[in-house]
Amino acid sequence: MLKDQSPYFRFLVQLGDDALILSQRTSEWCGHGPVLEQDIALTNITLDILGQARLWYQLAVDQTQDFKDEDQLAYTRDSREMTNILLVEQPNGHWGMTVMRQYLYDTFKKMYYARLEESGQASISEIAHKCRVETTYHHQWSSEWVRRLALGTDEGNDKMQHALNTLWRYHQEITQDSEADIAMLNEGITVTPSMIREDYQQEIKTYLESCGLSIPDIRNEITGGRKGIHTEHLGYILAEMQYMQRAYPNLEW
Amino acid sequence: MSTTDEILTLLKSVCDPEIPVLTIVDLGIIERITISENGLYIGILPTYNGCPAMDLIRMMIYEICYDAGYRNIKIEYLNSPHWTTDRISNEGMEAIKQYGIAAPSASTRIEQLISGQSSVSCPKCHSSHTRLISAFGSTACKALMQCEDCQEPFEYFKCNGLR
Repeated sequence: MLKDQSPYFRFLVQLGDDALILSQRTSEWCGHGPVLEQDIALTNITLDILGQARLWYQLAVDQTQDFKDEDQLAYTRDSREMTNILLVEQPNGHWGMTVMRQYLYDTFKKMYYARLEESGQASISEIAHKCRVETTYHHQWSSEWVRRLALGTDEGNDKMQHALNTLWRYHQEITQDSEADIAMLNEGITVTPSMIREDYQQEIKTYLESCGLSIPDIRNEITGGRKGIHTEHLGYILAEMQYMQRAYPNLEW
Repeated sequence: MSTTDEILTLLKSVCDPEIPVLTIVDLGIIERITISENGLYIGILPTYNGCPAMDLIRMMIYEICYDAGYRNIKIEYLNSPHWTTDRISNEGMEAIKQYGIAAPSASTRIEQLISGQSSVSCPKCHSSHTRLISAFGSTACKALMQCEDCQEPFEYFKCNGLR
C-alpha cells in the first residue's frame, strides 16, 4: 500500500502519476489530431511525458522492496492508490480543451521543474533537468496554440473560454502541497508546489488575458487526487491502460 | 584481455535505428565502458526521455557484444551527464547532413526558429528561405521544416546544446 511507503517514495510516485495519467490521456489523440503535424506534435509530447513518468517511477522503485519496477507501479495500482492531480485525468474534450489543459499543466511544471532542479538532491535534480528542458518545448507549443485558437475567430474564443472555465476548478490543485511534498522539505528538497503559486497565477493571468480570455470568477476548487480521491474519469483510464496486465499478470512482450 | 577500444569498434557498427547512417558512438551516447573479470559494463545516455529507440539500442548493443563472445553484459542508462547535441562527433554531423537532415546548430534553436530570428538552410538547395512547420517531427529529436524556394519538406535535428 502506498500509505505504508516513505514520503520520499510517495513524492516520486506523485510526480510519476501526474505524468503517466496525462500521457495516457493525450495518447488518445494519436491518429485523431486535427491536422497531421499537430497529431505528430502531441504524440511527441505524449512520449516525452510518458518517459518522464518512467524516470520518476524508476527512481521510486529503488527506494522500496514492494514494487519491482516501473511497470508494476503503473499497472497494478487501483484508483485509490493513484496520486495524480485531477486536472490530468479530465477528458480531452475538443482540441482546444486538450490544449488548455496542457497549457495549465506545462506552465506550472516548467516553473516547478526549474526549482526542483536546484533542489540539491542529485538524483532528483538530474531528472528534473531533463523534464524542464522538454517541458519548455511543450510549453511553447501549448501556449502558442492557446493564443492561436483564442485570438482566431469568435467561435474559437468562445470555445477556449469555455475550456478555461471547465478546467478552472481543477487547476488549483497543481499548486497545493501534499503530505509528501511537505515531508520532503525535511529531506533536502527546497521547493513545494505552493511556493510557486503566486508566480504561476500571475503568469497564466497575464498570458491568458493577452489572448483575449478572462480569468473565470469561479471560486470552488475540486481537489483530492493526491489523496487518491479521484473523479469518475480515472477508473476508465485505468481500466483501459491496465487491462492487459490485469488479464495476464506479468505478461511481457 | 579486450580493451575498451575493441568495444568501441564493435559499437561503431550499431546505428541509431531512427537515423540509420549515424552510429551510436558518433551520436555521443556511449558514456562509460568497463571490462572486468565480472563481465562487461556499458553506461549509455538517453537522448530524449520517451524516445522509443532507447530500448531497441540497448538490445542491439547487447546482441553485438554477446555475438563477439562477451558474457555478463550489463547495459545501463545513466541520468547524468545530460546528453546534448554537442556530443555528436564531426563525423556524426557529416552523416546527418549526408542523410538529408539539417544538422543541429546553436544559431538555429527552436525558439529562434519560432520567433523568426534565424533560419535553417535547406539541405537540398541550401536556401536559407525556409520555415518551421512544427517543432515536433517524426521522432523526438527532429523538427519539421519546409524550404520556401525548392518547396522540399525536410527535417531538422533540434539543437539542445551550445554549438
